Amino acid sequence: MSKHHIRVTINGTLYEDDVDARMLLVHWIRDSLHLTGTHIGCDTTSCGACTILVDGKATKSCTMFAVRADGRQIQTVEGLEQQGKLHPIQDGFHQEHGLHCGYCTPGMMMTAVALLRRNPNPTEQEIREGISGNLCRCTGYVNIVKAIQYAAEKMRASEQVPVGSGEGGE
Amino acid sequence: MIPSSFDYVAANSIPEAVALLQQHSDEAKILAGGQSLIPLLRFRLAAPSLLIDILRISELEYIREADGALHLGALTREAELETSSLIRNRYPILRDTSKGVADPVVRNWGTVGGNLAHADPANDHPATMLALGARVVAEGAGGQRVIPIDAFFTDSPFETTLQPNEILTEIRIPTPAERSGGAYFKLERKVGDYAIAGVAASLTLDPNGLVTYAGIGLTNVGPAPIKARDAEQALLGKPLDDAHIHQAADLAATASQPGSDRRGSAEYRRAMVRTLCVRALRKALARATGGE
Repeated sequence: MSKHHIRVTINGTLYEDDVDARMLLVHWIRDSLHLTGTHIGCDTTSCGACTILVDGKATKSCTMFAVRADGRQIQTVEGLEQQGKLHPIQDGFHQEHGLHCGYCTPGMMMTAVALLRRNPNPTEQEIREGISGNLCRCTGYVNIVKAIQYAAEKMRASEQVPVGSGEGGE
Repeated sequence: MIPSSFDYVAANSIPEAVALLQQHSDEAKILAGGQSLIPLLRFRLAAPSLLIDILRISELEYIREADGALHLGALTREAELETSSLIRNRYPILRDTSKGVADPVVRNWGTVGGNLAHADPANDHPATMLALGARVVAEGAGGQRVIPIDAFFTDSPFETTLQPNEILTEIRIPTPAERSGGAYFKLERKVGDYAIAGVAASLTLDPNGLVTYAGIGLTNVGPAPIKARDAEQALLGKPLDDAHIHQAADLAATASQPGSDRRGSAEYRRAMVRTLCVRALRKALARATGGE
């Protein structure tokens, strides 16, 4: 089995490692780097709990090998908060009660960040379609949609640049 | 779940990838977006000893019209097909199809070439490409060849007529003649599921509204993607009135070979082919005549 040296920037920090070819990106992030905010839900590319941004694109990190992330820019949920201040999407989930158990929340927020970067003023339908690859078994999605709307409004009002923009894009 | 071990090489060019395939053809698999292959590896339903990653060959990502055809690079992502204005305006059937593939996060990585080369009868692009009369370009050690899509799939699932040392590099779709339209309808239990049934229809009409081209493809109702030839033939030279639409839909249902599984009984799925075929033909007609 081949081993590969990789250099990956995650939330602005460069990480280098030697990984087996079969190492899944989510396992590397959680088990080797101890960035455990990214969750593993289904392990079958269905649930989206492991969603992170790779070069700005929402990505199921259970469906990517770590070796494929070499040279790429990644953002995980740990990178949302900046200088002790919650990202508007985090604030939105807090204000609108967008979570119950919280398991899907990191992936849900990363998908929402990518969605809002592409479409700063989405309709409810566009939000619902946008998060359709992320499953939540608690909320019924109503408050998740509200949380994303809250974040969209707040980001438009402040014209705040979302985390990571400019580091690749879609 | 962790795949069994394998070696990995990222190819920087098609010739490099072909040379690697040539050396290791029995043991190697091409890795594109990985959204089908990586789950299979994790389930250990596939265990190649070498993965040849072609995703960094960015020259294979393009959507352009030239020489009477739409050319899609094999590595064009589903998300690109979904958002391209050329596709939205000129090939809405492709946008229908891409929007039905898995979910939006998967579509950021899933490629149109991979969707075809994987040859899963449950994949969505095969039916659409059969309806459109697409051709695919294969590159191998002996150079390039062009394969009509109805000679690309076989009667078996997950099997194509690509040689072991060939790579699918491009899809070519004839540019639509005047009064052409197409649509893809997929019935699924939930987002991200495979189709209970799916129907792609593509039409061209003459100035009198008579059909001069009809293509109909079926998703996930048989061991391989199905081209509903009898239904296509029945429409040629006919007006697309309700009687002919229903006749074609009946023939498409007859051409389907669904099994019974947790997505429904064979009888139900055949009935859905009929219903979806009616809808796809009506939508294709609306688009061919300038509507949406």
